[in-house]
Amino acid sequence: MKFTLSWLKEHLDTDEPLEKLADKLTMIGLEVERIEDKAKQLSPFSIARVISAEQHPNADRLRVCMVDTGDGDAPVQVVCGAPNARAGLISVFSAPGTFIPGKNITLGVGTIRGVESRGMLCSAAELQISEDHDGIMELPADAPIGKGYAEWAGLGDPMLEINLTPNRQDCTGVHGIARDLSAADMGKFRDPGIKQIKGEFPCPVKVTVADATLCPGFALRLVRGVKNGPSPEWLQKRLTSIALRPINALVDITNFITYDRARPLHVFDAKKVTGNLTVRRARDGETVLALDGRTYTLDSGVCVIADEHGVESLAGIMGGEASGCDENTTDVLIESALWNEINIAQSGRKLGINSDARYRFERGVDPAFMVPGLEMATRLVLELCGGTPSDNVVVGNPFGEDHVIDFPLAEVKRLAGIEVPFPEVRRILGHLGFMVAGSGPVVKVAIPSWRTDVHGKADIVEEIVRIVGVDKVPMTPFDRGDAPRKPVLTTIQLRTRRAKRALAARGMVEAVTWSFISKPSAELFGGGQAELALANPIASDLSDMRPSLLPGLVAAAQANANRGSSDVALFEVGQVFKGDKPENQLVAATGVRHGFASGKGMGRHWSGSAMADALDAKADAFAVLAAAGAPMQALQIVPGGPGWLHPGRSGTIQIGPQNVLGYFGELHPRALEALGADGPLIAFEVILDRVPDARQRPTRAKPVLELSAFQPVSRDFAFIVDRAVKAGDIVRAAQGADRKLITDVTVFDVYEGKGIDDGKKSIAIAVTIQPREKTLTDQEIDAVAAKIVAEVTKKTGGTLRG
Amino acid sequence: MSDLPTLEQTILTEIAAAGDEAALEAVRVAALGKKGSISALLSTLGKMSPDERKTQGAAINLAKDKVTQALTARRDILKSAALDARLASETIDVTLPLREAPAEQGRIHPLSQVFEEVNVIFADMGFSIAEGPDIETDDYNFTKLNFPEGHPAREMHDTFFFNPGEDGSRMLLRTHTSPVQVRTMLTQKPPIRIICPGRTYRIDSDATHTPQFHQVEGLVIDKGSHLGHLKWILHEFCKAFFEVDHINMRFRPSFFPFTEPSLEVDIQCRRDKGEIRFGEGEDWLEILGCGMVHPNVLRACGIDPDVYQGFAWGMGIDRIAMLKYGMSDLRQLFDSDVRWLSHYGFKPLDVPTLAGGLSS
Repeated sequence: MKFTLSWLKEHLDTDEPLEKLADKLTMIGLEVERIEDKAKQLSPFSIARVISAEQHPNADRLRVCMVDTGDGDAPVQVVCGAPNARAGLISVFSAPGTFIPGKNITLGVGTIRGVESRGMLCSAAELQISEDHDGIMELPADAPIGKGYAEWAGLGDPMLEINLTPNRQDCTGVHGIARDLSAADMGKFRDPGIKQIKGEFPCPVKVTVADATLCPGFALRLVRGVKNGPSPEWLQKRLTSIALRPINALVDITNFITYDRARPLHVFDAKKVTGNLTVRRARDGETVLALDGRTYTLDSGVCVIADEHGVESLAGIMGGEASGCDENTTDVLIESALWNEINIAQSGRKLGINSDARYRFERGVDPAFMVPGLEMATRLVLELCGGTPSDNVVVGNPFGEDHVIDFPLAEVKRLAGIEVPFPEVRRILGHLGFMVAGSGPVVKVAIPSWRTDVHGKADIVEEIVRIVGVDKVPMTPFDRGDAPRKPVLTTIQLRTRRAKRALAARGMVEAVTWSFISKPSAELFGGGQAELALANPIASDLSDMRPSLLPGLVAAAQANANRGSSDVALFEVGQVFKGDKPENQLVAATGVRHGFASGKGMGRHWSGSAMADALDAKADAFAVLAAAGAPMQALQIVPGGPGWLHPGRSGTIQIGPQNVLGYFGELHPRALEALGADGPLIAFEVILDRVPDARQRPTRAKPVLELSAFQPVSRDFAFIVDRAVKAGDIVRAAQGADRKLITDVTVFDVYEGKGIDDGKKSIAIAVTIQPREKTLTDQEIDAVAAKIVAEVTKKTGGTLRG
Repeated sequence: MSDLPTLEQTILTEIAAAGDEAALEAVRVAALGKKGSISALLSTLGKMSPDERKTQGAAINLAKDKVTQALTARRDILKSAALDARLASETIDVTLPLREAPAEQGRIHPLSQVFEEVNVIFADMGFSIAEGPDIETDDYNFTKLNFPEGHPAREMHDTFFFNPGEDGSRMLLRTHTSPVQVRTMLTQKPPIRIICPGRTYRIDSDATHTPQFHQVEGLVIDKGSHLGHLKWILHEFCKAFFEVDHINMRFRPSFFPFTEPSLEVDIQCRRDKGEIRFGEGEDWLEILGCGMVHPNVLRACGIDPDVYQGFAWGMGIDRIAMLKYGMSDLRQLFDSDVRWLSHYGFKPLDVPTLAGGLSS
């Protein structure tokens, strides 16, 4: 909402300075977003006369002008590209050193195609006073040469722009803003009232409202014998001061009242309207050429005003071109109506029209001002264009019911924590137009017709507090009470946090990628379901909710490689979507490694380097699982994984086939190709929700530690096994040989090649035997060793390496 | 036995000349070994008369002691010299660059860090942490929060929708974390003190907006909490979060459908060459919106607004993270550029605590 200081002062008798008014507006909830003081900004621009304009010797489209800047010195040479640059023209000149707001440059002395130019003749767009950049400005012949342009043009009136919240339709007019300021002690509100203008003949046009829910009220009047043309200077200046384009007096009057009183109106050229007017739903496929020059195809959701020919106006949104007023208009129909807010919002959105009328009607205009608005417009039409008014035609009951609520004065203290004395409450509400009856503890408050946003007690509290000042509400310490200080994170929150720290501690870098990915990427990872596809995605590659974090991370790894960082280890812990129900949103911990970003460390290094491989991903996954509190002993590793992983270099982590916790491995080359990434790329994914909950324990004490008095014994074994035999099976077989004595089995060597037959490999394990009751004799240790060999041979077909 | 001094001198000379421990050992064997020269002299003692044995014995033993001492002394010198020589050959290049420890290289994203900072502060004030799904119903995201169907306030939230289901209803991506407040009020009895951190979505993409962003909202419902408490909590939070002793805040009336009265909150700051200082300066930066929970919202969630009351607030995590840590471009938060992440990210052991400091 834009207005100027002088416009405000039409409605508010005040001597307060601009800054104070602006601060107060912000502090009562009408946030001043911008103050534009054109006079200040445009002070270097002066009025000048073009003495001569000759063709530029080296450029067809340029002219070399001699300009009289009015300072008494010799004329200044300016090269100008405007087609309207001609001798005798009065325009606006800026000297070198001037900042040109519309171009965001500071002017210098230039040489254009070999001709020196010492300044510039300016278009309105270059001064940012309109969007007109067709040529340099053309000022009237009597404009004073050498004077400041802004001052002459009356731009000395500062413009304020308020970032209006959608509830305050009453402040879409300057009148309402002034009322708020008067309540906040910023001056006296000027509200002289609107005089009724008596009709001199019955209005010949009848109005039928087909659907009163779409149009609760409609007022119309004809003015005959008007003379339309440019509106007077004061009105044009009002409009241009807030960047509206003056059109003609009749149209300008409606725009003025829209901003002055938050009351949009429409004017029809009565001679272009055939028969009576009907307010109805549009017929499907009906079209109308609107005042913005565009043709709109309508459907039955849109409310229109039609005559016998068809649609003449998009009700409450925009008028039609066919019945628009121009300089030939002699009879004018003035419309002031009420429209259904929701329908206006929906229709406006559907048609893609943002008009000043829609902006106000969808917020709900003051119903009681429908007829006064028409009277005010009539008065202005008579004043500016002459003519004879008809009687009003009023359809519907625009006034509605008085809204009175019981307001306990204690509500202010209860909700806002501040005591406001009753006289002050009464004064504030009175200034805002509320009627207060009674003296407490419960008073009756009547809500003014223009405050369609006020419904209940809390709204009244807000009115009082915002005018008193929220800064006056004393800060009150908030007692945390005697609630025990226990952890507040849920299990999944804790797992998430620990997973992140565990992965970062492994040298990985946390990324945050988009929740939505392309449909092909989603499908590749088991997603792409209809229920997870956005109806209105921001881009085609951000169309589907991600079923996995991998597409985002793979793209991120590739982007880093393209930027020259190809050794990357990235992870993300975040939401993935398996369906649109809350229980189908899971938290995944996922990582990718590329290049020399292996468990050995990042990048190539003299101490040793390795390309990341599938087992690095396994280690990452296990780090996450351990951090998340998974039962590590119960985890099973099954070779292979989903289709996006390399079939021979991947594994599935599960606790039984029913509970798959995650996967790790090298990404399948086909998946990489589909994602447009260079491999090899290794990855893991763990679903944190699937980690079984740990058993709750009543105390924090750790289980009793049992330290054996006997020294453990370590024995090494090397087995020759088929290449397909899994190390995990050998370890499990060895452990199974004696569950009591064998406390640890580690694999310390894996060898294939010279000395080992083709198709075979050697796996060496170290077994720790922990005596329990006494030191073991050599024979007893040998017996355990024999059992280990027998068990491994039985389970894997392996033989002890000689 | 006039040659004893000569012999002794000869051996001492040999000891001094021994260049290494092996040569010294040879001297020792030649002198003190079974067949050594001094051992040979000692063996002659048995054939001497007692008087002669007394004088000669003392002299020979004295010579033996001297030789033994010299051997020990020389051995120590040689051992030390040998060690020095070995050590002198054992050199490494101590300037070889180290490989950085993984815990020094890994990074926590600034958003994760800031979420933790916020959690720590509010947990200390007695709040628990609630979460909810990103994919929400229109009812929880709008209707129960007093956004009437078709109301322009809904347009303040440019919403991502899914396609309508068979029953015509359509899910959406939550535009704020307020649906979590709704879910909490519907399932918990007051008193309620929660914060709701999470990811939110709006159709918006420019230098200061991304289609996904993050919020933390707070909700207090009980029988006595009012605007004064709300102001105090937010003031305490801002001081703790920005880690400053003083901060000036400005509370402005505003409008949100779900609160009444509604306020927007600005903090005072000074911008200087990309650096922001809080608690001083001329600028006011908007950081959050808040207000008393609207009676319609309470009613929609089954809470009697004449018995219970409370307040709520919401702020952008991305925004406060950028303000605190001087990040200039919102979009970079989601760019996954390791150069940016390494610079603005946090080390895994930098866990925010109130006792040890949030960011140090």
